[in-house]
Amino acid sequence: MVRLQDLPVEELFTSGHRLCAGCGAGTVMRMTMKALRGPTVVVNATGCVEVASTIYPYTSWKVSWVHIAFENAAAVASGIEAAYKVLRRKGLWDKYVDVIAIAGDGGTFDIGIQALSGALERGHDFLYICYDNEAYMNTGIQRSGATPHGAATTTSPAGRKIPGKPEFKKDLIGICVAHGIEYAATASPAYWNDYITKVRKALEVDGPAVIHVFAPCPTGMRFDPSKSIEVARLAVQTRYWPVYEVERGKYKLNIKVPQPKPLLEFLKMQGRFTHLFQPEAQRELEALQMWVEENWKRIATLCGEKT
Amino acid sequence: MGKVTGLTGNEAIAYAVKQCNVDVVAAYPITPQTIMVEVISEYVYNGEIDAEYVCVESEHSALSACIGASLTGARVFTATASQGLALMHEILYVASGLRCPIVMGVANRALSAPLNIHGDHSDMMGSRDCGWIQIYAESPQEAYDWIIQAFKIAEDHRVLLPVSVNIDGFILSHSMERVEILEDGDVSKFLPPRKPFITIDPTKPITVGALCLPDYYFEVKFQQIQALKESFNVIREVNAEYETLAERKYGFLETYAMDDAEAAIICLGSTAGTAKAVAMDLRSKGKKVGVIKPWVYRPFPEEELIKAVGDVKAIAVLDRACSFGAPFNALCSDIIATLYRHGKDLRVFNCLYGLGGRDITPNDLKIIFEEALEVAKTGKVKEYVKYVGVRE
Ligand SMILES: Cc1ncc(C[n+]2csc(CCOP(=O)(O)OP(=O)(O)O)c2C)c(N)n1
Repeated sequence: MVRLQDLPVEELFTSGHRLCAGCGAGTVMRMTMKALRGPTVVVNATGCVEVASTIYPYTSWKVSWVHIAFENAAAVASGIEAAYKVLRRKGLWDKYVDVIAIAGDGGTFDIGIQALSGALERGHDFLYICYDNEAYMNTGIQRSGATPHGAATTTSPAGRKIPGKPEFKKDLIGICVAHGIEYAATASPAYWNDYITKVRKALEVDGPAVIHVFAPCPTGMRFDPSKSIEVARLAVQTRYWPVYEVERGKYKLNIKVPQPKPLLEFLKMQGRFTHLFQPEAQRELEALQMWVEENWKRIATLCGEKT
Repeated sequence: MGKVTGLTGNEAIAYAVKQCNVDVVAAYPITPQTIMVEVISEYVYNGEIDAEYVCVESEHSALSACIGASLTGARVFTATASQGLALMHEILYVASGLRCPIVMGVANRALSAPLNIHGDHSDMMGSRDCGWIQIYAESPQEAYDWIIQAFKIAEDHRVLLPVSVNIDGFILSHSMERVEILEDGDVSKFLPPRKPFITIDPTKPITVGALCLPDYYFEVKFQQIQALKESFNVIREVNAEYETLAERKYGFLETYAMDDAEAAIICLGSTAGTAKAVAMDLRSKGKKVGVIKPWVYRPFPEEELIKAVGDVKAIAVLDRACSFGAPFNALCSDIIATLYRHGKDLRVFNCLYGLGGRDITPNDLKIIFEEALEVAKTGKVKEYVKYVGVRE
């Protein structure tokens, strides 16, 4: 665990970016930069963080930062890592460089999953961080493979016939762990210490590591911008967002939630779930609740916890 | 001086890449380019070159990884064809926009559908406006020579643009020919290690690939336009330097029997070889025909083309890719635009040929030459776009 007084005072992700007020992803970026251990290159996929933090001629990044496209952050990171490796071997470069790829849930769960899978399989030494705001927020709140069941987005609206997204969230960590990587974890910005510790730990891994971090989005999830961290905390305390890590295949629950708060508290805070509280959508609400319970049970069991 | 060996187009490119001392190769196999990347991986796995071979899971990732590597200052190569190039399409623009001097070997092949693995220029013509320097080779020898020059052109700080070196699928990629190769030492002297202009060195942080709104985007693109223009000078210099090294002369285009020609064929790649042979035959019968073969297709060599055309009265432009629904196919459109712009009023007709690897025979070319001579004599074009060798 890191200590607050040990964190660098310097902000490598600076203020002045154009992210929305209360953007959880922005907080996640700032925390990520507090965990660095040396020369670092960040590869950022297209998405909110990218477009809002580097509007030419401005930049919020005090580390070297690269954006290429939406779906290929992991592939670009592969090339950078490979290049530093060979340049070091040839005596043309003398430092070790940490390479961090950052992408939203759309750039990870959907369009970028192939590049991510390829890079994990090849074993490049890099850290992949997926900040999950549970929809394509940059293009105006469309559903992604990370959007939870029942949530209303602009492509899974709360319709009269279909009330919100019919499908359930993909198991990203499960997919990544299946590649046999050394380190994968989930995290939440409400638990800064856990998150920053994990970023550092993941950087220290020799090979690929993945962190899946919840990133509340006031605009897309529809809650008051002052409530971001509260939403992030409730996600964990209602067991909606289990915080755990997988080291060499061994699961560990990092934040135990012995007395979970009712899921409804988390759902009720967000406009994207309002329609679930109409009588017609009762079944959807129950299905989502059931999924959360089952998912928690599954993770807890993998972590060797009693459920 | 170098030594003589037998190499296919794919092998010739792979061998040149090896001598160019690349740092990173990221590529994905696709027929007819496959052997290029197989040979390169063999070099890497046998320790014959000290490079990282990133065996990516798609062409999209291949070019993405190449850009990442190029931004670190590494010398980078990739290769593809057809569907692979199409899959890279999005990233082709990023490579040129971020000014990454990547060199790519392309074994030109038709595009689906219907599925076809044979040679035509549909793949590269579909990418002709992506801001890359584009070169077409006529033989494995030319492919070898151009790869070595391509790195030098691409990495020059006045240019800093990616370069593709194209060979006709199967016709060149798989045919073994006599190739004169240079000594390793001579290549290293000609092409010293890359000196990057700026890199993502994390000790001197920079932001690459920022969002550029209407207030700046156009200026960035304008710089690319100027870099491509500037590459004319660089290509000329590199060609001259290479000539003293290899005693083989390159330029923007090659002219054959053009001195007093009345009619000419203009075409890219391997077809020029057949056209030259047919022209020689017709010349022996007193017919004044010649051939113009652009090596450099982007940037388009206007001045050189006008000079090469000379006093010719009719030109047949051969295109091996269809620009569906356009008045002319790609190469022909460029030629006509160039002639118009330079006030050259001469007759031009377009021949679409060889799609999906359909052969173009000496007899086909003889007929085209004769038609061109006829047009030169009468001043009248009967058919502006002909489809050579197709069953109707
Ligand atoms: C190939 C491609 N398809 C679509 C887009 C348009 N696009 C840009 S960002 C984005 C959504 C990003 O969503 P996510 O990864 O969840 O990040 P967020 O915007 O929520 O931060 C989309 C669809 C694109 N840039 N490239």
